[in-house]
Amino acid sequence: MLEFFFIFMIVAAGTGGELCVSRAMKVVGEVHDFHPAALVRFVLRAMRVGWMWAGVGMMTLAFFSLLAMLSIENVSFVVPVTALSYAAGAFGATLFLHERISAQRWLGVFLVCVGVTLVWLSRR
Amino acid sequence: MKDSPGLHLKTYILIFFIVLFAPLGNVLLSKGMKGVGSAKNWEWGDLFHVLVSVVTSGYIWLGVACLLAFFVAYMLVLTWADYSYVQPASSFSYAVVALLGYFLLGEAVPPLRWFGIVVICAGVFIVGHTHPRTTEKA
Repeated sequence: MLEFFFIFMIVAAGTGGELCVSRAMKVVGEVHDFHPAALVRFVLRAMRVGWMWAGVGMMTLAFFSLLAMLSIENVSFVVPVTALSYAAGAFGATLFLHERISAQRWLGVFLVCVGVTLVWLSRR
Repeated sequence: MKDSPGLHLKTYILIFFIVLFAPLGNVLLSKGMKGVGSAKNWEWGDLFHVLVSVVTSGYIWLGVACLLAFFVAYMLVLTWADYSYVQPASSFSYAVVALLGYFLLGEAVPPLRWFGIVVICAGVFIVGHTHPRTTEKA
């Protein structure tokens, strides 16, 4: 039960964090200048966006959940299972960012889910 | 991506770093966390001691350093290479993490898990070959 909770947190908080950061990046705008000073200005601008802080908070939660999960299960099990974030990301991007997901991408997501199921079934 | 031998070499080197450092970071985190003890046995009162064990573990810090190296390499390569090129290439990380778990940590990796990992890599490869932008540019 505890494993389900940690995997849920890794996938949900990790994906939620990435979606929040992605939304923050869209607010900040595309980067054209890669000089150090411009990058510092870009980071400072990103830090003024609320979505950025929500994203960093959720990603921190996902990181500590990953640590907890690695204390229970083998890394060769935990990391492949976290690929479920591709499915969560596709659903989240559709609902939250209003992105259109192509049939080919859904096929990839479906294969990822099949692979994760096989990895889960290989558990001791 | 501009087609030049130097750029190709730079891209391959950084993708190699991505495929190596992300799994290595996770393997080191795993090694560090196995020393801390299973989360199944943690009590609320022990959480402070667990946190101290985590932040004083050399393996955890090495793992974090590897993940940071991965992140920097990932960000750098995305400044010139297409996301749809980098993401499928980085899907090999799932296979590398199982290999490192097997060789460095002595983990038992059953054939079904290897098969599952191959299917995941194929899925990520297909996801990466879709168009990276699905919304209209503002």
